[in-house]
Amino acid sequence: MIDTILNVLSWILLCSGGFFVLAGGIGALRLPEFYTRLHAASLTETMATILIFSGMVLQAGLSLASVKLVAIMLFLLLTAPTASYALANAALQSGLRPESEGEEHQA
Amino acid sequence: MSTPYTAKPLQLAALLLILMISWLLWSGLFKPLLIGLGLFSCLLSLWLAKRMGFFRHAMPLQAMLRLPALWWWVLKEVVKSSLEVTRVILTPSLPIQPGLVELTSSEKTDTGKVILGNSITLSPGTVTIDMDEDQLLVHCLTRDSAAGLRSGEAERRIARLGLD
Repeated sequence: MIDTILNVLSWILLCSGGFFVLAGGIGALRLPEFYTRLHAASLTETMATILIFSGMVLQAGLSLASVKLVAIMLFLLLTAPTASYALANAALQSGLRPESEGEEHQA
Repeated sequence: MSTPYTAKPLQLAALLLILMISWLLWSGLFKPLLIGLGLFSCLLSLWLAKRMGFFRHAMPLQAMLRLPALWWWVLKEVVKSSLEVTRVILTPSLPIQPGLVELTSSEKTDTGKVILGNSITLSPGTVTIDMDEDQLLVHCLTRDSAAGLRSGEAERRIARLGLD
């Protein structure tokens, strides 16, 4: 019984993770210029990562594999934004200005 | 930045211990050759970390214990903004209002700045694209995400870690 519930829950997580990967892909195609496309990529990087790894942890149950999965997820969540920053900053440094609809805001 | 920092032996020992435990858990094999290779890798990582100035940015233990609370908040933000960005992407008219927001961070430590910049990037809809001293330049996908940034909540949550 518990097994079935966990299985269903895990599949829901995995499928919604897949949905966010798909949405990220569609976003990368639909959005205009470089900087807005980064936002689509971060959808895949964060939300999809969390959902898919949670789904896999439920499949693995209480085991060393789960600990490893959680650790890999944390590594990904710590390094992905750093990589995004490196990418975006490189674009900015090489002179690609983001298209901005609004004025530049000062906080 | 350039002031040399000598790592305390205790810090070195702690990192080595953590690295060794991770190696053993990861490999799960206890052959002398593999343990020897593991020891070599751990010592190499330790040396590289020391050379990189890893210990200069060491986090106080109390701050590390408060991390899960921050992660929980970041997780909630990620879920909220993911749904928002997905909605925007899948709307046929593609209602984006990209813009730049300049934030002034009051974080003094490098660690605090990195956590702030990364938390902002982590939630879809906002990407940190430049960081200079205490100025952050953030690219936002919609006006709502820009408004969320300007509320400065991330900043307050990170200040609660008590890094400085």
